[in-house]
Amino acid sequence: MLITVSGEKKEYAEGLTVTELIAQEKVEMLEYVTVSLNEEFLQRENFDNQKLNDGDVVEFLYFMGGGK
Amino acid sequence: MAFTNEQLERYSRHIILKEIGVKGQKKLMNAKVLIIGAGGLGSPAALYLAAAGIGTIGIVDADKVDLSNLQRQIIHATNDLGKFKADSAKESMQYINPEVNVIAYHEFVTSKNILELISDYDFVLDGTDNFPAKFLINDACVISRKPYSHAGIIRFKGQLMTIIPGESPCYRCVFKEMPPKDAIPTCRQAGVIGAMAGVIGCLQALEAIKFITGTGELLTGKLLTFDALTMNFHKIALPKRNHNCAVCGDNPTITELVDYEQPACDL
Ligand SMILES: [Zn+2]
Repeated sequence: MLITVSGEKKEYAEGLTVTELIAQEKVEMLEYVTVSLNEEFLQRENFDNQKLNDGDVVEFLYFMGGGK
Repeated sequence: MAFTNEQLERYSRHIILKEIGVKGQKKLMNAKVLIIGAGGLGSPAALYLAAAGIGTIGIVDADKVDLSNLQRQIIHATNDLGKFKADSAKESMQYINPEVNVIAYHEFVTSKNILELISDYDFVLDGTDNFPAKFLINDACVISRKPYSHAGIIRFKGQLMTIIPGESPCYRCVFKEMPPKDAIPTCRQAGVIGAMAGVIGCLQALEAIKFITGTGELLTGKLLTFDALTMNFHKIALPKRNHNCAVCGDNPTITELVDYEQPACDL
């Protein structure tokens, strides 16, 4: 199935969960990442059970604290 | 208010733009922008906003210029070492454009002073370097319904979003609460490429100018990320509004400001 992750469309195994995707994509600071699926924020407690489907759009949003 | 010949010439490259014109330039000259932090992001933003002829620019910073700042905080120079950043920034802005009224505030934003500081301005630009300040600015701007630009930078990455309270998602809609101290690396710990501050600070200045002149599409409901190593800009569409947001949601739990606990990384 094809999923768009951070703007890039790629092939992933059927039945992939958000937790598995996070591991596969080597997401940094995974305890603090915000995840959106098809423009809806996902609750952290649902990452394990949330299965992804063909055509889904996933975004990882990271804290960035610098500025000075 | 009619333009002088000097103003017509100074701002001619703006005035010739159909999106700005005489009308837009007048709006810029009547506008008031508050820049919180005279550092990496605040430096380029302040310089371009002063050059653009923004009527009043407030600059808030209690820090003094340190040698390690000069790799990216281009509003300060070597002979400004030890000066208040707000004063050094004011001098640089007025050197570029003496017409701009610059107000230097030698303080950091706190729950006590922020509402009053922002109240006089049309648009706020967050150029701070720590999460307590970023969350405080968000909450204060949402409570005051003040439009503002949020940004953050680290290593070779940067991101920004524009918040129009009541209309677009706020910073807290995306990042519910502050990460614990030291959970997220700071620029001091992790480093930051100086020009990244230039890229993102300039984008914040553009958002301020677009907001004031009513030009184009703002980064509302969007988080724009930039990776300098791959040169990828990526615009993330945010959910409409987070109805559960603690500050801008339907039943906000944050209605008063408090100072958030998490030591700042003073860069
Ligand atoms: Zn919100």
